[in-house]
Amino acid sequence: MRIGVFVCHCGSNIAARVNCAEVAKAALNFPDVVFATDEVYMCSEPGQESIRKAIVEHRLDGVVVASCSPRMHEVTFRRTVERAGLNRYMVEMANIREHVSWIGHDKDSNTRKAIDLVRIAAAKLRRDKPLTFKTFEVVKKVLVVGGGVAGIQAALDCADAGLDVVLVERKSTIGGRMAQLDKTFPTVDCSTCVLGPKMVDAAQHTRISLMAYSEIEDVSGYVGNFTARIKRKASYVDFSKCTGCGLCTEKCPSKKTFDDFNEGVGTTTAINIPFPQAIPKKAVINPATCLKLTKGKCGACAKVCPTGAINFDMREEIVEERVGAVIAATGYDLFDHSKYEEYGGGKLPDVITSIQYERMLSASGPTGGHVKRPSDGKEPKTVVFVSCVGSRDPAKGRPYCSNFCCMYIAKQSILTKDHIPDSQSYVFYIDIRAPQKGYEEFTRRAQEEYGTRYIRGRVSKIYPEGGKLIVRGADTLLGTQVEVQADLVVLAVGVEPTPGAGKLAEKLRISTDQNGFFMESHPKLRPVETNTAGVFLAGACQGPKDIPASVAQGSAAAGKAISLLARERLEADPQVSHVNPKRCVGCMKCVRVCPFKAIKETTGRDGLPKAEVIEAMCQGCGICSVVCPQGAVQLEHFKDDQILAEVEALCRTWVAKSCE
Amino acid sequence: MSDVGGKELRIIGFLCNWCSYGGADAAGVGRFSQPTDLRIIRMPCTGRVDPLFVLKALVSGADGVLVSGCHPRDCHYSEGNYYARRRLEVLKRLLPMLGIHEDRFHYTWVSASEGARWQQVVTRFTERIHELGPMDSLDPELAVCAIRELGGENGQADQPAPASGE
Amino acid sequence: MSDRISYAYYPGCSQTGSAIDYDMSTREVMRDLGVELNEVPDWTCCGSSPAHAIDGALSAALSARNLEQARTMGAGRLTTPCPSCLANLRTAARKLRAPLFKERVDRLLDEPYQGGVTAKSTLEVLFAEVGPEKVAARVILPLTGLKIVPYYGCLTTRLKEVMQFDSEENPVSMDALLRACGAEVPDFSFKTECCGASLAIPKKDAVVALSGKIMEMARLAGADAVAVACPLCQMNLDLRRGQINRAMGTRNDIPVFYFTQLIGLALGFAPDKLGVGKLCVNPKRVLDRIVRS
Repeated sequence: MRIGVFVCHCGSNIAARVNCAEVAKAALNFPDVVFATDEVYMCSEPGQESIRKAIVEHRLDGVVVASCSPRMHEVTFRRTVERAGLNRYMVEMANIREHVSWIGHDKDSNTRKAIDLVRIAAAKLRRDKPLTFKTFEVVKKVLVVGGGVAGIQAALDCADAGLDVVLVERKSTIGGRMAQLDKTFPTVDCSTCVLGPKMVDAAQHTRISLMAYSEIEDVSGYVGNFTARIKRKASYVDFSKCTGCGLCTEKCPSKKTFDDFNEGVGTTTAINIPFPQAIPKKAVINPATCLKLTKGKCGACAKVCPTGAINFDMREEIVEERVGAVIAATGYDLFDHSKYEEYGGGKLPDVITSIQYERMLSASGPTGGHVKRPSDGKEPKTVVFVSCVGSRDPAKGRPYCSNFCCMYIAKQSILTKDHIPDSQSYVFYIDIRAPQKGYEEFTRRAQEEYGTRYIRGRVSKIYPEGGKLIVRGADTLLGTQVEVQADLVVLAVGVEPTPGAGKLAEKLRISTDQNGFFMESHPKLRPVETNTAGVFLAGACQGPKDIPASVAQGSAAAGKAISLLARERLEADPQVSHVNPKRCVGCMKCVRVCPFKAIKETTGRDGLPKAEVIEAMCQGCGICSVVCPQGAVQLEHFKDDQILAEVEALCRTWVAKSCE
Repeated sequence: MSDVGGKELRIIGFLCNWCSYGGADAAGVGRFSQPTDLRIIRMPCTGRVDPLFVLKALVSGADGVLVSGCHPRDCHYSEGNYYARRRLEVLKRLLPMLGIHEDRFHYTWVSASEGARWQQVVTRFTERIHELGPMDSLDPELAVCAIRELGGENGQADQPAPASGE
Repeated sequence: MSDRISYAYYPGCSQTGSAIDYDMSTREVMRDLGVELNEVPDWTCCGSSPAHAIDGALSAALSARNLEQARTMGAGRLTTPCPSCLANLRTAARKLRAPLFKERVDRLLDEPYQGGVTAKSTLEVLFAEVGPEKVAARVILPLTGLKIVPYYGCLTTRLKEVMQFDSEENPVSMDALLRACGAEVPDFSFKTECCGASLAIPKKDAVVALSGKIMEMARLAGADAVAVACPLCQMNLDLRRGQINRAMGTRNDIPVFYFTQLIGLALGFAPDKLGVGKLCVNPKRVLDRIVRS
């Protein structure tokens, strides 16, 4: 074999802390290495061209690139060697940036380490074989999990591109958080008026099948061929019969049910349609408070329902869908402010959350758009907004910024003035973060036109005194303590992942970041992809995001799904396991451990039982290799002899060195 | 800190591509400085880590071996890390029988987002190996016997194994 | 008592002087509840605030010596009623984990610091180890009908990393113990406000304003009495009441007890055994109501 080694400086990223020329020189002594060089940027066009040229000139059979992480540029260099006529799998990478130059300060140690990593890569490459991929068919259907604005946008874009879409929503209506909002910033236009038509489009689109009040049970399979099992929860209302007339909700005697949609501002009935523009507009019974389901008495809704849609015997059911791609758009949840004992620990009735305030401001909300103090129903004249409650606060385990609170505080302070002209709003803030189009101007309007007083500092305490709430905080610009006597305090509670996010991540086999949000494949270059092929992310499930960003990401994720499924067939990764029938003794241990049921039992030419890998189903984990007592099952490019050669290459030099 | 206590020791890491390898990348991106003794070998999954690889490394000259994969329940292949956990736990108990201090081997879980945790894992493990010092050379005969006992004829890596070509 | 709990006892200077009633009531209550207190022999001042303001190592050395004294008694655990002493003891133990710092401190000591003694507040021992249930079981004269506002002060639960006990913003341990004694404990938002502490000497106005606010909030909460766990807080709220009332134009006459005194009363001890006579604001009305019920 003729191997070429290419050492990248990555500008000064590597070269400042690794002697790249020395690495290249050392590589020339490795077995089969016939050419080695170093270059400023290996991934640049001239860099790639130099690899291509060297392959041709030196008749190389394989290439080692010592540069950044293979998670970054393996695909790039595979394409490079392919252009030079080599098999794309005849390239190995030595990660001398993330694993060497960026973490070690001593140039000599770094250089030694880099040489060792190249040594490993070359040893592995010597045992690599050209691999050819097979292709497989894809299911031209997309599963969108979550019917908020990001999910709706993704579903609509996919459907418009001609893909079938299954849109699954946990709640009884789509719309998500945006449906709860009264107005949106910075235009102060009506949230439902913008969102409503999109919700209708999603419901009426012939290619979108909407599954409300449903959840993902599990997802199996792989890119292009996922099978999702979806649980339709028991709503006790036959959606095919329910017309959404609302008669049942008028007659329901159980009126003390927690109003989820209105965030507990007011209560609702056990049978309920969350809001007038709900899509689908269907009633759902809450089994925890329904008198019929808890005590066996009542059934008022069934009596008044003109279409006989009520069915108290309904059970949940599982529906199976085959899809080619999955878009997760499960949105966000809000921080529980009872963790802030200094703000009353959730016990002060007139300290409310921003989303509760939003419901109060909404004309279709529980107070009919009248701002009222929960304690006595009076109209507040002084409203204090506290930003960063559960954001930018490592002490509460929330170190990150929730992205859009600064903006909605400005909006809510403007709306407060609109609703109560003789009111005064105060905002306690750390920084005003308003970087998008029109945002900065908007926060200035709140201050200059609407007279909102912005106080730069954190609130240390909120306590009741004489029917008011005393908000005590710092004014860091004046360098003093301030106290505001407020009638109502609105906490801008931080964004956090939905409670089910972790579970869904497990089902989709994607990762979450340190804060529990879904992790993108690359923070800059692959923001909507995940490390699981065929699974994409949209909206705030990936991190706090406002509406425009969520919509954009919804479209981006749809674009990724569309380009994936635009192909009739996909290339299967050939780095899969193979069984050597001569070695296989037919114990079938591999069949039992394979998590993908990708190994089956067959009969060999000798008439004896043998294991055989179904290539399209093998995902390349290599669990089978380890259980095989004969070493008969081997994972391409991660064969026993390759890994042992890597170990051997290191150990041999170490032993040789210690003998010197 | 580049080396712990001056002289570099010989540590091999087997890392799952989906999580810990990314965690090590994240540590790099975050410039979390670490001792330089460790050499990382990328694996598709910790489920691919044959305990014999670890043993092979320890009997051939490594002073320490670190295996790191996805947290339980987070395996990219659903259950590879569970297999790894069982195999490696058994291995850990077997090491003293071969005269190898069990602290020379460590397995742990680091996700792709846990760069800071990776720094901690590497630093602590490297310090631990430095406390133990370089490995005394094993009785080669005993080592070969041990590997045979453990049932791995495919543990011979000197010549490329016949598994591939035939 | 079947399971006796035993602690090395570090009273702290205040408890031998201005807060001797805290010491008396602590000893009586602990004894009655089966906690054996063995006074640390030859203990010294913890250094209070001045020591650590001047020299961190010196301050730590004082606490280190007291902890070592406890260790030589064979005690693994030490308790003190004073939050300020506790803060010094616990801070020192934490800082002494750093080898370089320990070296500096050891140079100041006759014997090097060995460590291994954990310091806890009397409040923590009563709440977490004895427990409100056991207190309730031994109550003879319940404080029924009395509204008692618990005031913890700044130091009892802070710094969180040092004290590692109860909530730093809304502690509830004293609430639970007082409830166990039959008292009514209203919500009180000034539990952890600062009373002004030792600023009383250089800047009396500040203390009067801060302590005055606390007493005013206690009045608004409907308190018959205030319970405290810190000798300095007690002094500011009680001894300075005249100054407070004059400065703020109020007539606040709510007595301020050590929480151990209130527990002691509920356990049936005579007031003079608990040093109740040492209080400045006359507690007679409260005492009368306990006896009457």
